[in-house]
Amino acid sequence: MEKTTPLYETHKNSGGRMVPFAGYLMPVQYETGVIAEHMAVRKACGLFDVSHMGEITCIGPDALKLLNHLLTNDFTNMYDGQARYSVMCYEDGGCVDDLIVYKVRKEHYFIVVNAANKDKDFSWMKAHEEGDAVFTDISDTVAQIAVQGPKAKTVLGRLLPEEHFPARYYSANFDAVIGGMKCVISKSGYTGSDGYELYLAAEDAPTMWKLLLKTGKEDGVIPCGLGARDTLRLEAGMPLYGHEMDETITPLEAGLNFAVKMSKEDFIGKAALAQKELTRTRVGLKVTGRGIVREHMPVYQGNVQVGITTSGTQAPYLGYPVAMALVDVAASHPGTKLTADVRGRSVEMEVIPLPFYSETRKKA
Amino acid sequence: MNFPKELRYSKSHEWVSVEDGIATIGLTDYAQHELGDLVFVNLPEEGDELTAGEPLGDVESVKAVSDVYSPVSGTVCEVNEELLDHPEAINESPYDAWLVKAEAITDEEELLDAAAYEAFCEEES
Repeated sequence: MEKTTPLYETHKNSGGRMVPFAGYLMPVQYETGVIAEHMAVRKACGLFDVSHMGEITCIGPDALKLLNHLLTNDFTNMYDGQARYSVMCYEDGGCVDDLIVYKVRKEHYFIVVNAANKDKDFSWMKAHEEGDAVFTDISDTVAQIAVQGPKAKTVLGRLLPEEHFPARYYSANFDAVIGGMKCVISKSGYTGSDGYELYLAAEDAPTMWKLLLKTGKEDGVIPCGLGARDTLRLEAGMPLYGHEMDETITPLEAGLNFAVKMSKEDFIGKAALAQKELTRTRVGLKVTGRGIVREHMPVYQGNVQVGITTSGTQAPYLGYPVAMALVDVAASHPGTKLTADVRGRSVEMEVIPLPFYSETRKKA
Repeated sequence: MNFPKELRYSKSHEWVSVEDGIATIGLTDYAQHELGDLVFVNLPEEGDELTAGEPLGDVESVKAVSDVYSPVSGTVCEVNEELLDHPEAINESPYDAWLVKAEAITDEEELLDAAAYEAFCEEES
């Protein structure tokens, strides 16, 4: 039996098509459809229920030390409210998960993990607790609503004074109040467009959702489902656990070097990552032939298989199909011509730089 | 949801109309709704043989690829090439956006009339 988020009834009442995902019944799309929802985020604003994501706190005098040991990024020198993307590795360098760590204040961190990995992550964290710091899974009490798109600031600006917005990308205000509801507002997202993510008490979620839809009506805000969330993150070239990385793929192979601080003293997986020669890497592919290239399709250079796709779909805003793949390093340079075996049909592709699309990256 | 009376329907959600020995085949309103926004169609070529109940091609939404099954056995005599560049026409107007026409019909699947197909769709959803 699937779990539901606090917004389940709200979704059903507004025409959300509910499907099981990561143990939850989630809206894959609304009546408008995936493409309209995708375009709303690129041109106006979309609202996503991502309450299925996991939230874990790490609190105590040794919290920083513990996180620096458990995760690949370095959390020293963060200001209060700052967020940092990281991977959590196994000893062999494979990925337990990718996640975002917020520094709430000294000795208090707030961690957001993938829904499908929540229990696995929490067990791994508990098994590696050390010193005076404690992990607590607060997922069931926290809802998350993502407000994404160029109009996100306009919509939220009607409800929140300018000085309460987080100033920089990847930072948050942990003491915001919107419509009388306490929440965390983070300038971040998983779409490649500008936007915010709100964390709030589960019981406030339906009221907040309706308030945002109503407030943003004139700005073109519409509710969006997981279908658009996937096409948006793919068009933005953002990795997804279980696709671009998993327990058999290291963060270095997934091209996440920026989040792996090999200069750090030590962390779980460091020795394996240092030792392992990089033979394959993640690339972005533009489909130049006819067809949609999806995940798990063999990738060829001439007659030689050089890799496998990890995700792929039509990129609605760009207007052509894109894919990501793990390929031999020698076949990973932009401009390299490759083909995918799409159910027996050879479809031409070209390696192009990632991200395919990014509004946030352009300005960063 | 629209179920034109003059058409007949397969349980795999294709519609067919046979006129002067030529079968016109498309996807139903229910099918396009379930599939979501279509972004690619892969159709057979003129002269290809179709077998009732076997795939004649496939359509892709942003989410997934789905086979399209031929409701008849016969020979492809015309392909709706416009769909190759405008697959969204199937979402917009499923009963105008036919996929292929076939001639020399030798066999057909068990097909439903509009009322029976509508009832079948209600059971499915």
